[in-house]
Amino acid sequence: MMTWDDQKMEEIVSNMLRIGVLTAASLVFVGGVMYLFQHPGPVPNYRHFHGEPGILRDPVSIFWGAIHGHARELIQLGLLVLILTPIARVFLCLVGFFSQRDRLYVAVSGLVLAVLLYSLVFGH
Amino acid sequence: MHKWARIATFCKTCISGPLHIHLNMMSTIVFSAWLLLSSLLAGFLGALTGLGGGVVIVPVLTLLFHVDIHYAIGASLVSVIATSSGAAASYVREGFSSVRIGMFLEVATTLGALFGAYLTTMVSAPTIGVIFGIVLLYSAWASFRTKHDTHTDKPDAMALRLKLKGSFPAPAGEESYVAQRVPAGFGLMYVAGTLSGLLGIGSGAVKVLAMDQAMRLPFKVSTTTSNFMIGVTAAASAGIYLSRGYIAPGLAMPVMLGVLAGSMLGAKVLVKAKVPLLRTIFALVIVALGFEMIYNSLAGKL
Repeated sequence: MMTWDDQKMEEIVSNMLRIGVLTAASLVFVGGVMYLFQHPGPVPNYRHFHGEPGILRDPVSIFWGAIHGHARELIQLGLLVLILTPIARVFLCLVGFFSQRDRLYVAVSGLVLAVLLYSLVFGH
Repeated sequence: MHKWARIATFCKTCISGPLHIHLNMMSTIVFSAWLLLSSLLAGFLGALTGLGGGVVIVPVLTLLFHVDIHYAIGASLVSVIATSSGAAASYVREGFSSVRIGMFLEVATTLGALFGAYLTTMVSAPTIGVIFGIVLLYSAWASFRTKHDTHTDKPDAMALRLKLKGSFPAPAGEESYVAQRVPAGFGLMYVAGTLSGLLGIGSGAVKVLAMDQAMRLPFKVSTTTSNFMIGVTAAASAGIYLSRGYIAPGLAMPVMLGVLAGSMLGAKVLVKAKVPLLRTIFALVIVALGFEMIYNSLAGKL
């Protein structure tokens, strides 16, 4: 297996971050334009907290809504990609440490990844 | 003092007056345009002054746009992830941020962020507001701290075992460093994570404090590693925010796009300009927002 030195790892991580943010911003932008056309007004009530509806909270329903071209789900999908970008970064680092046979840091990044996935899956 | 108070009230009326009147009947596109503009400015000034745009988003949304603090925190946190990841992409290439130091400390910040996100459901909105105000005041104060690199070559056994060392390109060639006082830095990072999860900010000021003051890392390494860590820390609580319905797409959309575009623009301009005056002004704005957050929370207006 090819080993990644620190510099190679930084390069891969840097490219991944760029692609992640760009994808997220594009999805949010497209969804945003559609949203403005579909919801001309009045502005939703943000003054009192009532929580967004369930379909805008759950990753699976966000994904299906976005596929069907719903504007708000498309924005949420972009934000979900944004949240996943740093998580993917931690995963890439884990792979990098693994290829360097740095057991200590495979464990450290594994721990960070576990915390992140826990919050995403069991966060309610 | 009396005169200044009147001027401040006048300025506030000028800015928030038109918003205040029309907020309820404003069309979504006008509302979004105002949000986009404010976020663009916040991101631009935040990047230009190094204070970060995320820290002013929540006060602007709650004080100016009268958005509930939970929605404000949700929108702020996603924009923090965007700017951190966007900026980190270019920092890593410069070789300043240490991947290992960042990863090790992220254990503390992500656990703290989980705790902070959990706290948001337990703590009342005014309490969040007061804590937010104090953090704003601290961030402004910290930005005036003198940046001296206290260089100690005394090897720290724990830091060496954990490989918390590195080198960075300095004017006089590669300069190497080893972290000191690891437990203190780790503890402070937990606090930084908790604040990030509770307030929807990057809490870069506390992260830099942990690395630069507690762990005695070079200042440049501390700031870039901090920026690198902010995205991972924020991602730990963003998942929880999303599943709790704190992230409103119509609100987060203009805020995230505005802060991201503004901070990218600010980073471009930063290369050419040194901005001590702008920095002072922005720090004063943060101080004013901090006092206003505390005042409004105590007065029950938040």
